[in-house]
Amino acid sequence: MSDFLRSASTPSASERKQQVMQNVRSEIMLANAQELLNKTNEKCFVKCVPKPSTSLSNSEQTCLSRCLDRYMEAFNIVSRTYISRISKERLDASAPLS
Amino acid sequence: MADKFDEATQKELATFLEQEQAQARVHSSIHQFTSMCWDKCITGTPSTSFSRNEVNCISNCVERFLDTSLFMVKKIEEQRQQLNS
Repeated sequence: MSDFLRSASTPSASERKQQVMQNVRSEIMLANAQELLNKTNEKCFVKCVPKPSTSLSNSEQTCLSRCLDRYMEAFNIVSRTYISRISKERLDASAPLS
Repeated sequence: MADKFDEATQKELATFLEQEQAQARVHSSIHQFTSMCWDKCITGTPSTSFSRNEVNCISNCVERFLDTSLFMVKKIEEQRQQLNS
């Protein structure tokens, strides 16, 4: 029983290492999600609510939800393009000079 | 306070952090490019899908921005060499 308690209160070094890594990963994921949320909010507000009235109209809501989907799509296109460019440049840099 | 990590674990964590930081830098560039190219390429009201033009524009926008960045580095380097000669 006391062994069990001790192992529960002081995790092994390997467990603590995994914990640190997991914390770092989730912090970064959270920061990414927040950045994306801020950006979509900002961009879609500009596009879809040009003249704010007393409430969001149906057409504004439709626009906002499409805008959100399109911004995510744009993010994915940029991501694919940039990452393939990075790997291409890396390949060129490692290839012998012709 | 728990015991310190041994040296091997510290090294492993340092490598891990470097990788995560590199990835975070790439991600932050992607956010920056998306924002910039969205403003340049998406001029109308968002519809249910991108047109072929819009997709091409976003992709070209990223590629040309990177070209621009390389071009500027080259030009500044040339100017620096001219000043030194």
